[in-house]
Amino acid sequence: MSGASESIAIPDAPPARAGVVAFLRRHPTVVIGCTLLLAIVIASIAAPWLGTVDPISINPGQRLKSPSAEYWFGTDRFGRDLYSRVIYGGRISLIVGLSVAALATVIGLAIGLVSGYLRAVDAVVMRVMDGMMAIPAIMLAIALIALSKASVLIVIIAVALPEIPRVVRLVRAIVLTIREQPYIEAATATGTSLPRILLRHFLPNALPPLIVQATYICASAVLIEAALSFLGAGTPPEVPSWGNIMAEARPYFQLKPMMVLLPGIFLAVTVLAINLVGDGLRDMLDPRLARKM
Amino acid sequence: MYVFLIRRVLAAIPVVVVVTIFVFALLHLAPGDPAAIIAGDLATAEDVAKIRAKLGLDQPLMIQFFTWAGQLLRGDLGNSIFSAHPVSQLIGQRLEPTLTLTVMTLFISILLAVPLGVIAAWRVGSWIDRGVMGFAVFGFSVPGFVIGYVLIWVFAIELDWLPVQGYTPLAKGFWPWLSNIILPSVTLALAYMALIARITRAAMLETLSQDYIRTAHAKGLATPHVLLRHALHNAAVPIVTVIGIGVALLIGGVVVTESVFAIPGLGRLTVDAILRRDYPVIQGIILVFSGAYVLVNLIVDMLYTVLDPRIRY
Amino acid sequence: MTPPVLAVSGLRTHFFTRDGVVKAVDGVSLSLARGETLGLVGESGCGKSITALSILRLVPSPPGRIVEGSVRFDGTELLDLEPAAMRAIRGNRISMIFQEPMTSLNPVMTVGRQIAETVALHQQLPRRAAMDRAIEMLALVKIPDTRRRAAEYPHQLSGGMRQRVMIAIAMACTPTILIADEPTTALDVTIQAQILDLMLEMKERTGAAVMLITHDLGVIAETAQRVVVMYAGRKVEEASTRDLFARPRHPYTRGLMTSIPRLNRDADESARATRLTEIPGMVPALINLAPGCTYAPRCAYATGQCRIAFPPEVEAAPGHLVACWNAESLPEMERA
Repeated sequence: MSGASESIAIPDAPPARAGVVAFLRRHPTVVIGCTLLLAIVIASIAAPWLGTVDPISINPGQRLKSPSAEYWFGTDRFGRDLYSRVIYGGRISLIVGLSVAALATVIGLAIGLVSGYLRAVDAVVMRVMDGMMAIPAIMLAIALIALSKASVLIVIIAVALPEIPRVVRLVRAIVLTIREQPYIEAATATGTSLPRILLRHFLPNALPPLIVQATYICASAVLIEAALSFLGAGTPPEVPSWGNIMAEARPYFQLKPMMVLLPGIFLAVTVLAINLVGDGLRDMLDPRLARKM
Repeated sequence: MYVFLIRRVLAAIPVVVVVTIFVFALLHLAPGDPAAIIAGDLATAEDVAKIRAKLGLDQPLMIQFFTWAGQLLRGDLGNSIFSAHPVSQLIGQRLEPTLTLTVMTLFISILLAVPLGVIAAWRVGSWIDRGVMGFAVFGFSVPGFVIGYVLIWVFAIELDWLPVQGYTPLAKGFWPWLSNIILPSVTLALAYMALIARITRAAMLETLSQDYIRTAHAKGLATPHVLLRHALHNAAVPIVTVIGIGVALLIGGVVVTESVFAIPGLGRLTVDAILRRDYPVIQGIILVFSGAYVLVNLIVDMLYTVLDPRIRY
Repeated sequence: MTPPVLAVSGLRTHFFTRDGVVKAVDGVSLSLARGETLGLVGESGCGKSITALSILRLVPSPPGRIVEGSVRFDGTELLDLEPAAMRAIRGNRISMIFQEPMTSLNPVMTVGRQIAETVALHQQLPRRAAMDRAIEMLALVKIPDTRRRAAEYPHQLSGGMRQRVMIAIAMACTPTILIADEPTTALDVTIQAQILDLMLEMKERTGAAVMLITHDLGVIAETAQRVVVMYAGRKVEEASTRDLFARPRHPYTRGLMTSIPRLNRDADESARATRLTEIPGMVPALINLAPGCTYAPRCAYATGQCRIAFPPEVEAAPGHLVACWNAESLPEMERA
């Protein structure tokens, strides 16, 4: 209810290693999530050795073929092999997901630390964050991309930007909670400087929730990248990504629904897998929340 | 009460100002010459110069901002580069389908997700609870445009119950209007429902463990009464908060959903504007959407005082 | 003697947790006569609250379940009642007051409505009449300025006032039995006596029987006619208040008594609030209990037999029940 009193609980101790096996046994969905995610990661890395051909080689004689022994998922309107495009498409999703999670977490961490530490900066920073959160993520990304030359890097920046306030708020809440702990007062009384204390106490407290948050940001980034590419404001058309494969297949949806649905299924499974892993991490690292969510 | 109201409105002003600065800054912080990008690859130097003058990009930055902000205050969002129509007029024309879609989605989501969350919390650990939680993860993971196509495939193509795409204004009859809006609303509602059901369950679990729930049972009240009048009312603040925050999710989803279902609303206007790099239109839409978000959350703030007598700012 | 208005026999309420079965109440029998005040005493965690919740069938389930026993109220077996019939009894014929007035009232509902709700439910009164009755009740529990208070929320009231509201809710339908679970524990010492007096006054006015659950023997001495002492889910002693204080026959009861200095009403207030945790050792976790008397590990008089089997309940004197192998051989209790 009141945000201040219910902020962040300081976890007692990291779970014992032996508990992990028991934990996984009790949470089969986490095992499913990890397995799926691992499969997708391996498939993306090993794409060239998984029976794929060049995903961007055009073959006008083989346009819009149905799935067959040669073209497992069929071909698109330029005769490109859909199976290869979908497998390679996973690379973009994962690169964007991981980069956005890393970028947003690092920047958010920096801003959050400063904001939680310096009261004077805090008010301004939080107003800016409120403002950023008022702009829907996709709209913000669209606006950025609309004004730049399409590239994967721009997509990463545009998707990461709206995720930053989430991290800032989390980090700031943790810093403020730590500042209020009685032992901090004791430590400052004995002459240890505040930044030094924060550094020592911050990481063990902030790491678990940050990892969980980063996982969710990763899932969200994969979704938004796909949505942007689907709208034509994302990954440039020459790089296959699940979003733009779907966009290109749209005109043929009534004829060949699988052209749209197959990359969609890969996308959905990937996001689902990342979310399941995130839920598992949250349950493992923050048992207090686990019961509730 | 009025003091509270005024304070909340005043608190929303900095947010609006930040949004405005942000939207303005986007045009200028983006790498490269915006005029050249807007003009496109085939433009001559002369075209670029013309656009630059039209957008006032040749003026000093501060003057540009205050000119633009001054226009905004008068309700002038500028003109489209592509069609030269006023942006506000373009937005006004596209408002009905988007409003229909969002209101319908809100309606479906809250009406279904809140009861689901309540039942899940009441029967925590049961198969219903597992089902709701499974649905929540699923609804949050499957992108709207994938769901949309699956729904079109099943209900419009295979079963042929509903139209594939398009929008019919309400003025042309209730059923044509409704039949066109069902699939997009359900598509858009899924992620939102997942969010609301999840928070409803969490908030209900919290309240159901409170002492006053035991008191309510000890009074002899029937379970539905205890769940709704006592527990849900106490769980309402976090639920309403998430409904408010979720509007951002909803707005993002509108753009994608309108595109999938070929609905001529603000989302489609956005996509068209991106393809034409019609920047004033993009800016205008972002401002309208952000304004809607701020407004909804202002209403949520007001609701707090109605829902929880302890909240007084 | 008239038949008791409430007869609990062989009640077993167990909690089925991941770590095993917690036998919170394990074979408790007690009865309550019309208009009587019965004290139910024991340390926290001894099962006295769960006994009370079991009577009203409010044990949280899962994990809790009444596995065995009978609860007869005015000739009706409560454990066999349909849920709707059970609800008609709760808050109407048997009502309950809880320990925490701070958290036991709904924070988002006016106190007037919280009282009126019960009245409207059980007496089928329209809203207005129910609210009038609620305001009447507020006056009865001595809350001043009733009309204004009725429109207030719990957070606007003090702890003592909230407990008065709880009493008003409990007594609004003139119940036959009032169960009060540590009604004064969470309150300021200065308020405790007032609330206790108010409860007794309301009892006199309505003729309700009261089951007073407490860990405070001082409170029992002042209010109850009979006492049941519980330890680790079982009844260990039962007697009239006079007999119990004159000659406690269970070592545990003795332990409880020596941990309060004086039982005089005028005793020093802070001494009265002394908790009963001064017996060496702790209440055992009610899980995987060893055979034998549950009190044996803490008992100064335990013998070999105590560790083999739980002692049967014997009537040591008329109306004085005790479950202890050595009840007869205990030395005289030295008096302060």
